[in-house]
Amino acid sequence: MLTVISKRLTQLVPTLFFVSVLIFGLQHLLPGDPALVMAGEERDPVVIEQIRRQYRLDQPIPVQYLHWVRGVLSGDLGESMRLKEPVLDLVRQKLPVTLQLAVMSMIVALVLGVTLGILSAVYRGRTLDHLVNVVGLAGISTPNFWLGIMMILFFAVELGWLPASGYVSPFEDWRQSLATTIMPAFVLGNSIAGVIMRHTRSAMIQALDSDYVRTARAKGLSEGSVVLKHAMRNALTPVITLGALEFGTLLSGAVLTEQIFSIPGFGKLIVDAVFNRDYAVVQGVVLVTATTYIALNLLADIGYILVNPRLRA
Amino acid sequence: MSAVTVPAPALAPANQTLVIESPRRRAWRRLRRRPAAMVALAVIAVMILAALLAPWIAPYDPIQQSWRAVRKAPSAANWFGSDEVGRDILSRVIYGARASLSAGIISVGIALGIGVPLGLAAGYLGGWTDALLSRLTDAMLAVPFLILAIALAAFLGPSLTNAMIAIGITATPIFLRLTRGQVLAVRAEDYVEAARAVGNPHWRIALRHILPNVMPPLIVQVTLTIATAVIAEASLSFLGLGQQPPAPSWGSMLNTAQRFLSQAPWMAVFPGLAIFVTVLAFNILGDGLRDALDPRTK
Repeated sequence: MLTVISKRLTQLVPTLFFVSVLIFGLQHLLPGDPALVMAGEERDPVVIEQIRRQYRLDQPIPVQYLHWVRGVLSGDLGESMRLKEPVLDLVRQKLPVTLQLAVMSMIVALVLGVTLGILSAVYRGRTLDHLVNVVGLAGISTPNFWLGIMMILFFAVELGWLPASGYVSPFEDWRQSLATTIMPAFVLGNSIAGVIMRHTRSAMIQALDSDYVRTARAKGLSEGSVVLKHAMRNALTPVITLGALEFGTLLSGAVLTEQIFSIPGFGKLIVDAVFNRDYAVVQGVVLVTATTYIALNLLADIGYILVNPRLRA
Repeated sequence: MSAVTVPAPALAPANQTLVIESPRRRAWRRLRRRPAAMVALAVIAVMILAALLAPWIAPYDPIQQSWRAVRKAPSAANWFGSDEVGRDILSRVIYGARASLSAGIISVGIALGIGVPLGLAAGYLGGWTDALLSRLTDAMLAVPFLILAIALAAFLGPSLTNAMIAIGITATPIFLRLTRGQVLAVRAEDYVEAARAVGNPHWRIALRHILPNVMPPLIVQVTLTIATAVIAEASLSFLGLGQQPPAPSWGSMLNTAQRFLSQAPWMAVFPGLAIFVTVLAFNILGDGLRDALDPRTK
């Protein structure tokens, strides 16, 4: 097993190299000259030159890349040209917001996805199964930003139950924090719930058809005990592991969801940075996102190997 | 492709023939047995027809403003209501189908055009080509889809064409990885070995013997990726990086609608429903195709 894991870790080195090249390349993909943006309306040539020197924009691209990598490895993600703050500080401020949203979304996704997936597998081929499949597919097919707008329309505008936008930290007021994040968490969790539902359904069908479930039934155990204690326990481990892979979907979704609900997290940070050509912030956010995604992928792989003895060879 | 009729074996009654069904015909027969997939196919056909025939079927000019019809609720005159400058929402939804469907189809075309040849090369050639392309794919897949598409669309400049290119490039690793995996599975098959043994050149083996056999999962992925691309285009347009005003797009219509939620909720309902129905139809069709093309399905 250690060989498989070390092989997987070795493969990460070139992947991380390519990720770093891709992310660094984003700076040169974004439109406009950052020095011109920073110089403001007057565009004084002396100031522009000074900015280019200060941010090493006057140096060859490979030199800029090496300098950037060195900085990243020592924890320096650069400085926001617009906000004049270190990118790492911005990441530290915004990451907890998106993480709170991510954790809440995952809870929504797991509760909905696993429950519906189990129901669908238990009632396989019956009306409930078809209905749950349609609901799951509808969840996957609903654009996050539209669902968000519809929820604002219903719960904030029509019923007035929840605030339409904004964010309150749970450390300030947990009730208000819950009120501001419950809708975005549901919006984000909804799309992942459909995927988890499908994984759960197929894993449960496989488990329910297996010999140990047949044995449990033959022993005279109740159907509830067979499904929840025997089949579910075995089916859920890979499902939860696969859930980690959905983290990318969640971060993608957060971009628009945070925009709609005016939540000052990672998603809003990157959209604002793209529109303000704040290269260092774009790079920093994408780098943290990609690294987190790669780390979760690795953990998911290891988790999968741990629960599946056949992959350990 | 039509069914091939071959003479019956000697022991069969003289008046019987053994019909060997072509894979395409078999897949179509299986797909027809799935009502949901057929309804989805019909919905997609209607959407495509609406997009193509928009100038003839849309009741109004989609960019014609009318100050006498500002934010009118759905009525006999404006079935889906009108927007903040009096434009007919139904007409804009019909014209918006052009942006969404063309973005879905063209961006997936770009992804296929780049991803499949590279995936074939990676899977068939192996070695350094495979290692390099696989790591590149891993790197691209490590950056969340929409974040990469936003960055690329911002670089290329806000326009529908650039949004399609950005989505196409972002979706490329999906097809590269899928094709590579399929090629690896097929490469060691007897018929590929036989083609190699009789001296076929590599390009011919790859294109004539391997590619047709990796098509079924690719067809399914195309359908599902069109659904993703339609949402991605709407997302980019929502952010102002896709279709530019006043040209209609479902995403940009939703962006405008957000500002008038309490006064004119219909502005948000119909473009969103159009995205939802289109994406759902492609996803259901993809599911149906997956079952229909699965050799284990009877």
